[in-house]
Amino acid sequence: MARVLLFGRLSDVAGWRERQIESAFLSALRAKLSDEDAALGQALAGRGVQVALDQVIVRGDAPLNAATEVAFLPPMSGG
Amino acid sequence: MIRLTFETFDPGAVLSDFARGRAEVGAVASFTGLARADGGATQTLELEAYPGFTEAEIGKIAERARARFGLLDLSILHRVGKIPAGEPVVFVATAARHRREAFEACDFLMDYLKSKAPFWKKEHGPDGARWIEPHDRDHADLSRWEEETPK
Repeated sequence: MARVLLFGRLSDVAGWRERQIESAFLSALRAKLSDEDAALGQALAGRGVQVALDQVIVRGDAPLNAATEVAFLPPMSGG
Repeated sequence: MIRLTFETFDPGAVLSDFARGRAEVGAVASFTGLARADGGATQTLELEAYPGFTEAEIGKIAERARARFGLLDLSILHRVGKIPAGEPVVFVATAARHRREAFEACDFLMDYLKSKAPFWKKEHGPDGARWIEPHDRDHADLSRWEEETPK
């Protein structure tokens, strides 16, 4: 089970912040989330949304293991 | 020192501590960002971070600043959670041998914190809440540093 974290506006869109979801690949996880909630799927695919696996930014697809932490990060804004 | 805090802080006290007892430092510059009310439109700012990742990413920004400007030390203190208008949100201090490096490093750090540090910011006001994403101005500020050849 991957531990999925949503930050910023993504958690407002989804109505949750953290869930355990079974998935072998990031692409499959995206598809699963999008099937459940089309608005969330669209938001996750939006411009500037990055993904971190175990706190490292990745691009494209990647395998997920049992304990992977998957974080979806919308555009950042500090200060 | 890089630290996130849920509590308010006194920027003057943090600066005094930072500047104390230094013999080789000729210049200390600092910046304090406050939660702006915008004529009452924003009552509270809410800052979300990704614990562990946020500190690590700020650490990378800090290392770039150290290397580029030859800093002797730096301090970054950033609020998370709910911040009433008027309270400090972010504090940056830099220590260098000379003023130019201290000033520029402070400016560099703030530009990177604004749009490259993992924070997500929501404004709460009388008309509800909205998420704030980097403005064109923030990206333009950041690009100033990318165009210059590193020193």
